[in-house]
Amino acid sequence: MPEVIVNGQPRAADVLPHTLMVAWLRDGLGLTGTHIGCNTSQCGACNILLDGVPVKACTLLVAQAEGHEVTTIEGLAGADGQLHPMQEAFRAAHGLQCGFCTPGMVMAGIGIAMRHGPDVSAETVRHELEGNLCRCTGYQNIVAAIRAGARAMAAAGLIAETADAAL
Amino acid sequence: MQPFELIRPASVAEATAAFRGDAAFLAGGHTLIPAMKSGLRAVERLIDLGSVPGLAAIGVESDRLWIGAMARHAGVAGSPVVRSAIPGLARLAAGIGDPQVRARGTIGGSVANNDPAADYPAALLALDGIVETSRGTHAADDFFQGMFATALADGELITRIGLRLPDRFAYAKFPHPASRYALAGVAVARFADAVRVAVTGATTGVVRWQAAEAALAAGGPLPEALDHPDLAADLHADADYRAHLAGVMLRRAAAA
Repeated sequence: MPEVIVNGQPRAADVLPHTLMVAWLRDGLGLTGTHIGCNTSQCGACNILLDGVPVKACTLLVAQAEGHEVTTIEGLAGADGQLHPMQEAFRAAHGLQCGFCTPGMVMAGIGIAMRHGPDVSAETVRHELEGNLCRCTGYQNIVAAIRAGARAMAAAGLIAETADAAL
Repeated sequence: MQPFELIRPASVAEATAAFRGDAAFLAGGHTLIPAMKSGLRAVERLIDLGSVPGLAAIGVESDRLWIGAMARHAGVAGSPVVRSAIPGLARLAAGIGDPQVRARGTIGGSVANNDPAADYPAALLALDGIVETSRGTHAADDFFQGMFATALADGELITRIGLRLPDRFAYAKFPHPASRYALAGVAVARFADAVRVAVTGATTGVVRWQAAEAALAAGGPLPEALDHPDLAADLHADADYRAHLAGVMLRRAAAA
């Protein structure tokens, strides 16, 4: 039986081979913060971190993550409930309206911060959000939140002060 | 998705030995899994290449850059070796899909799929590519055989891609704003002894553009638009528009 490390805990994946990661997280483990939006690899509502890198959980078999680390939105906050700097930035900047796209946006934002560092431009954030859709069209505050979150992640030592802008 | 038997081989030999019946190799899964989810594709055996070590290596050997079939788009985009050897190819990889797609999609999967609007096939044709497989090698000129068709036999597995080191290489595409696939994309590779130009997106399968190659080699005026019997046309863009876009992308790639 494949084992996947989910939010730091080894979890046995007692599923059929064609089970998608997003289905197992939601229906098997009850981690419903990972949303199913388009279910066609486009909207990014299902973004999770696979070994620290944002990927679409609707386009990943559970089996492909065997032995790897998965982080969902539920796993970002500290054990004491303190929000991850990117989550806190979304809260402070009101980077959400209905909230459906938010978990995926937060994950995408973490990826943007890791690739582009704390001084990422609004233009770069907008371009890098091409795999995330907000049907409320609330992008203005999402962009502001990701830029603030990137600065906060650097201040917290989660990313370097400089990053490779070409990635 | 239809259920299937999952095989997780530990080597290329195990992977190809496992291929029988209605089987498919799974690379990054960013075409195959959506196709299986939507019912366009059903397989009895899925052979996951993610468990095969050594298929993502990137290196230069004599006059070629070699990229392992399982190299992710993000890995190619960020590779110091690729950026040094063929910087335009790193930029091409950085423009495929979106960041989450680039984290999973692979060059081998893209080449094997041969989507008529994919980016890598144009690079392979322009860079006089070699597709190395479990059974031998194919020249890119013979490999791509029209929409989703390749020279691959059933059970033949791409292991790595060899690209001839150019003096200069550039790729310009007009991406569809939703999918980032090319409405028209043009790759221009200049070698000491040749200029090679390839077009994706504008036709029903990736093609060389001989008129553009001749014009660039001679330093003459570039063709205004692509003249080809198999221009693509759909609800996104009609044939004349794509032919014109190819001419614009040719100018951008030639000037880069």
